[in-house]
Amino acid sequence: MAAVQGSIVDAKEEADIKSEPATDGFGNNHANEAGVLSASPGSSAAAGNNKPAAGAPEDQQTLLAVLQFLRKNKLSESAEILRREAGLPEEVLDPKGADSAGSGLGSGADIDGGDASALLSRVTVSAAGGAKAPTKAGEDQPDVNVVLSAYSQQGDPALYEVYYSGLKKFIESVLDCHRAELSQVFYPLFVHMYLELVYNNHEGEAKAFFEKFSGDQECYYEEDLRILSSLTKKEHMRGNETLLDFRTSKFVLRISRDSYQLLKRHLQERQNNQIWNIIQEHLYIDIFDGMPRSKSQIDAMSGSLAGEAKREANKAKVYYGLLKEPEIELPLDDEDEEAENEEGKPKKKKPKKDSTGSKSKKQDPNAPSQTRIPLPELKDSDKLDKIMYMKESTKRILVGADQLVAISFFFPSFSFFMSPLQGLTAVDVTDDSSLIAGGFADSTVRVWSVTPKKLRKVKTAADLNLIDKESDDVLERIMDDKTASESKCLYGHSGPVYGISFSPDRNYLLSCSEDATVRLWSLLTFTCLVGYKGHNYPVWDTQFSPYGYYFISGGHDRVARLWATDHHQPLRIFAGHLADVTCTRFHPNANYVATGSSDRTIRLWDVLTGNCVRIFTGHKGPIHALAFSPNGKFLASGATDGRVLLWDIGHGLMVGELKGHTECIYSLRFSRDGEILGSGSMDNTVRLWDAMKAFDDLETDDFTAATGHIHLQDNSQELLLGTYMTKSTPVVHLHFTRRNLLLAAGAYNP
Amino acid sequence: RKEKHERWDILTALLRQFPSGPVAMADREERRFAEVSRDSVKLMAESTGVDLADDVAALLAEDVCYRLREAAQTSSQFMRHAKRRKLTVEDLNRALRWSRVEAVCGYGAQDALPFRSVKEGELFFVEDREINLIELALATNIPKGCAETMVRVNVAYLDGKGNVEPQGTVPTAVQTLSDDLLKYYQQITRAILGDDPHLMKMALLDLQSNSKIAALLPYFVYVISGVKSVSHDLEQLNRLLHMVKSLVQNPYLYLGSYVRSLVSSVMYCILEPLAASINPLNDHWTLRDYAALLLSHIFWTHGDLVSGLYHQILLSLQKVLSDPVRPLCSHYGAVVGLHALGWKAVERVLFPHLPAYWANLQAVLDDYSVSNAQVKADGHKVYGAILVAVERLLKMKAVSLSQSAEGGSSCQPGSGAGSAGYRVGSPGLSPPSEPLSEAVLGIASHLQAGGAGCPWEEWSPVPLPAMYSELYSFFGDSLAVRFSTGPGFGSYPPCASACFREARKDPLGPAANTDTARKMPQLTANLNISPRQDGSPRTDPPPPSLAATGAGRSLARSSSVQRSRSSSSRSGQRSASVSRDVFPKARFISPQSGPPAFSFVIGGRQMGRRCQGRRPFQTTFSSSSSLPANPPRAYAHKLPVIGRVGKPVRRWTCSHYSLYLP
Repeated sequence: MAAVQGSIVDAKEEADIKSEPATDGFGNNHANEAGVLSASPGSSAAAGNNKPAAGAPEDQQTLLAVLQFLRKNKLSESAEILRREAGLPEEVLDPKGADSAGSGLGSGADIDGGDASALLSRVTVSAAGGAKAPTKAGEDQPDVNVVLSAYSQQGDPALYEVYYSGLKKFIESVLDCHRAELSQVFYPLFVHMYLELVYNNHEGEAKAFFEKFSGDQECYYEEDLRILSSLTKKEHMRGNETLLDFRTSKFVLRISRDSYQLLKRHLQERQNNQIWNIIQEHLYIDIFDGMPRSKSQIDAMSGSLAGEAKREANKAKVYYGLLKEPEIELPLDDEDEEAENEEGKPKKKKPKKDSTGSKSKKQDPNAPSQTRIPLPELKDSDKLDKIMYMKESTKRILVGADQLVAISFFFPSFSFFMSPLQGLTAVDVTDDSSLIAGGFADSTVRVWSVTPKKLRKVKTAADLNLIDKESDDVLERIMDDKTASESKCLYGHSGPVYGISFSPDRNYLLSCSEDATVRLWSLLTFTCLVGYKGHNYPVWDTQFSPYGYYFISGGHDRVARLWATDHHQPLRIFAGHLADVTCTRFHPNANYVATGSSDRTIRLWDVLTGNCVRIFTGHKGPIHALAFSPNGKFLASGATDGRVLLWDIGHGLMVGELKGHTECIYSLRFSRDGEILGSGSMDNTVRLWDAMKAFDDLETDDFTAATGHIHLQDNSQELLLGTYMTKSTPVVHLHFTRRNLLLAAGAYNP
Repeated sequence: RKEKHERWDILTALLRQFPSGPVAMADREERRFAEVSRDSVKLMAESTGVDLADDVAALLAEDVCYRLREAAQTSSQFMRHAKRRKLTVEDLNRALRWSRVEAVCGYGAQDALPFRSVKEGELFFVEDREINLIELALATNIPKGCAETMVRVNVAYLDGKGNVEPQGTVPTAVQTLSDDLLKYYQQITRAILGDDPHLMKMALLDLQSNSKIAALLPYFVYVISGVKSVSHDLEQLNRLLHMVKSLVQNPYLYLGSYVRSLVSSVMYCILEPLAASINPLNDHWTLRDYAALLLSHIFWTHGDLVSGLYHQILLSLQKVLSDPVRPLCSHYGAVVGLHALGWKAVERVLFPHLPAYWANLQAVLDDYSVSNAQVKADGHKVYGAILVAVERLLKMKAVSLSQSAEGGSSCQPGSGAGSAGYRVGSPGLSPPSEPLSEAVLGIASHLQAGGAGCPWEEWSPVPLPAMYSELYSFFGDSLAVRFSTGPGFGSYPPCASACFREARKDPLGPAANTDTARKMPQLTANLNISPRQDGSPRTDPPPPSLAATGAGRSLARSSSVQRSRSSSSRSGQRSASVSRDVFPKARFISPQSGPPAFSFVIGGRQMGRRCQGRRPFQTTFSSSSSLPANPPRAYAHKLPVIGRVGKPVRRWTCSHYSLYLP
């Protein structure tokens, strides 16, 4: 079982023409597993207190399977290390059946649960729940032939059309309430039947079949159908990713029990084995009790490459609450005190806590424990920054929908436009809005200062020796004024820079590129510090964790990787997406990572366990933008279909749909207080949405939460607060300053 | 394998010539894909010296199509991630490279390649001109370097409804604003437009004394120009006007050409039929009074910055006044505007226009229908405003005459000047019945001279007695009441209304004043209240405006019969006798009401210096603003409240050094 999880990733990688040998990938993975995470800075020891589901049999199974796999591939060293790290008894490595080892394992894990790093490294490679096909463990190195062999069953090719149209006739004749649900079957059935025909070399029939029925499919599958239509030869099936996705993951349908019974009865009556087999083998039908869903409900959730998410996939508990902010005493300014004394008021003993301070006192029941993920300790400079932030946030302009009216004529928004030599591909702005960085198609990264403070490098080593290290302003003295300039250019990548992210402390910058690397740059020396190599294909996006130290990257190789800045290899690999990982975002509490993909799903991953805890389906195109609400409860996602969808993380439900953009959405951002959602798109507009209202209107009763059926009212127009045109500039990035001024960035070529 | 290899060869060859190679569109119904036909493949194979069988060519063609689509699909991914709409050669090359295929070279040029067709052969090709390298190398027109990549800021202002304001008026200075200034600006605007009156006061105070906000001036002017969008909200209008006042009073600001913008905003408040005026409960009269006052203030202190401003203002006021279609509240605004601009403005614009206007006003006032009640009440307002204006005109004219008679000694303060003013004015105050006979002539002559729209050039001053008699013909005894109250009223400052309005810290002051003015005609009916209201408006706190207007309206109704009779007959014996009744009381009260010497000094300066009169007026206003003379220091420590929070804001809101803190 577990071996499958590991191997699915590999199967895919191998099956790709482009993938490198399997051993290589595994060498990577396990080297980290072996190495690591003990490195969690500062407070790693604390992590041992809460052991995450150490005893869960599934985990052990996974481990065992991984071990077996390693041994089979003669990676005994890695296997040994893994075994030791996981605290498994030695006999696990003995050539024994997995089952017997599993029983011996339970006790072993219990004994040894205290080692934090071991726990952390438990499951590095994990696959999504959706991908857990119950294949035999023997299929460790599945060949495409094996994968495809399921199609070998022969039916009379001429009858396929008859079967299909027979089913179609039946579904069209059933009661309205069932029709919508049963119609879901069409698409996967169509695809699989077509593939069977192609696989069995019935090219002509396949083409005819396609032409006859492709028009019936939902419009949002158009893109996949186009790929499918170009595929007419058995040889092409090798290495076709879309096809492999279809094969390796079962298409998930959610159908009410009544409808399912109806379908089953019909197929059995007709002795329609061909279709029944496909349904049995390639479809996963998630049956629920209760009212059949309406067409609109189904449409809202479908559209993903592999159907909807299974209900179990979104059942795991997610600690979406925010971490407690460190208690920072706001130091009283001397001047303030003087002023107060002059006034003759009695000096207050304790500085008054402002709202943010008092809020953090109580632990949010939904928040993960403070040390669930080892976080770096706050440095003094971080504290200063936090203080600045608190100060600034008190001066925030409230931008709720009603306030927008109250603040009558000033709600200025700035847009930074760049005239690019080569296309601007990525932008990031520091949290305090003092620096802006751009990634360009000419593989450069440029950093600008948007405040009067210029960018300066640190002095050279020789000069640094000369300065007085005891002086108070040593941090000022190390800077070389001669290098001051408004912008700096960073050279190092060898391909377009697709993602860029500032570290929270503004000392580092991450960039990821088509050259398959992620680079870490120092903003003190303006040089490259590390090139993280791990992705084998272009890296589409990267982002620093809100607490620094960790970062996430995702790319064309369909996995997202979690890194720590001081490790050259990833700590976690999040595998499960069926297509490119196009965007990655950290949850505000740094315990979760959201990834959007070209397979039109969004997945939420637990950083600690590496498990996929949420799968959100509903987008009809590749997802290019994600944003967590500041309170951590909600997620907004934007895709090429021009829609913004809102998700409740706790319940795992879609809670809103914002229609308005006409092209791909590249940027989403919540205002600092979470009241407004800004979306920037390729259609040269920035739109503001009333997020507060969207979330307030929400009614998640127990029923919806249990069944996952949502009913969205179409209120996009009410929620839309404004549409702002740019000067024919696609909006690449949005940023709310600490005072809720909206900055929009895009390339402007006059 | 060899076959595969060959296949890729052909593919890449095809890709190289893709645009120029013979590519036929599929004839099938779905024309979504370009397809490479079997013949094309054969042709290409032949060109490289390979002979292909038909079936091989067909297979290859199909495969090539598939690979092409695959490449196109992957390359579109690169396009999307580069956030472009246009698929470039580079995208395709990347896709090829990642699928281990040789990239296509030679199509990386930036300029668009025109795709042309040859009719005969249904051939499509890209024009590939030969480039003379020598020419290129020796070319003198070296291409300009690409523009430096830079960050530029473009600011969009959103109004309350989230609409982007037109950017026409956004000044360039905005772009260079430092963060501190921006903070300051945000805080100040928020405080002024916010709910807290205390905060507002602080902000206004800082605005009028802060020496470092010059860069923000365009910002503020822009905000103020927002009056047009909040005409429904008296409160906001009021706040904006206060903002104007603070800016005008700031001694460190050079308003320059922004004066014009400010004036137009203020004029808007004075003249426009504001949305707020629709509801009679809204006291837009006060707003107009205040705006008028502000207008005069701007004009007196900064009028020299923009040439012809005075003229323009007068013209626009006149235009409104002479437009009978405009609502009465606009007319009212024009009258108070003129009044605030000084008696000369009244003399030049209002007075010549009065006969024509009077007819309209009379019609309104004489209409007793219930539906007209509201309009009528407005008419009374206008009536009162005109009365006040012409009274002042008469007085000032008298004073000016006396001063010109006395020559240089006019500026000497004290009772001498006062008595002189009175003495010269007194001839006109001879028994009211007497000038009445002359008035007929006066009106007639004036009408001929140029009634309503008398051109500026031809304008000639009307002598005082003629003026008085003419005015008396309009206002009858209600004019006399004010003008002829004898020596007691000599102590009344000539520019009384202006002065005491300014002296009031409460903006309601003017309202009170006009209220009393408006009630003048009703003296006949309400003897008991008139002396109090008339005699001591300076010291009494003004009655709440709403109540005042309400009372006024009811009074107007109750007394309308008498008043109309008196005014229409123009010299009702009865009204005259009534007014005489009032005199002793007024005389009795007035001596306590103000130091005569002071008021006369101001009057003299105002007259004598006109446009250079900035200093005397500034002193007048600053002392009258009810705030301590040295406010910044004293109030600095209270400013922090602006930010709604305790500590952190404190540092930078401190008025003076605030902008230079990190």
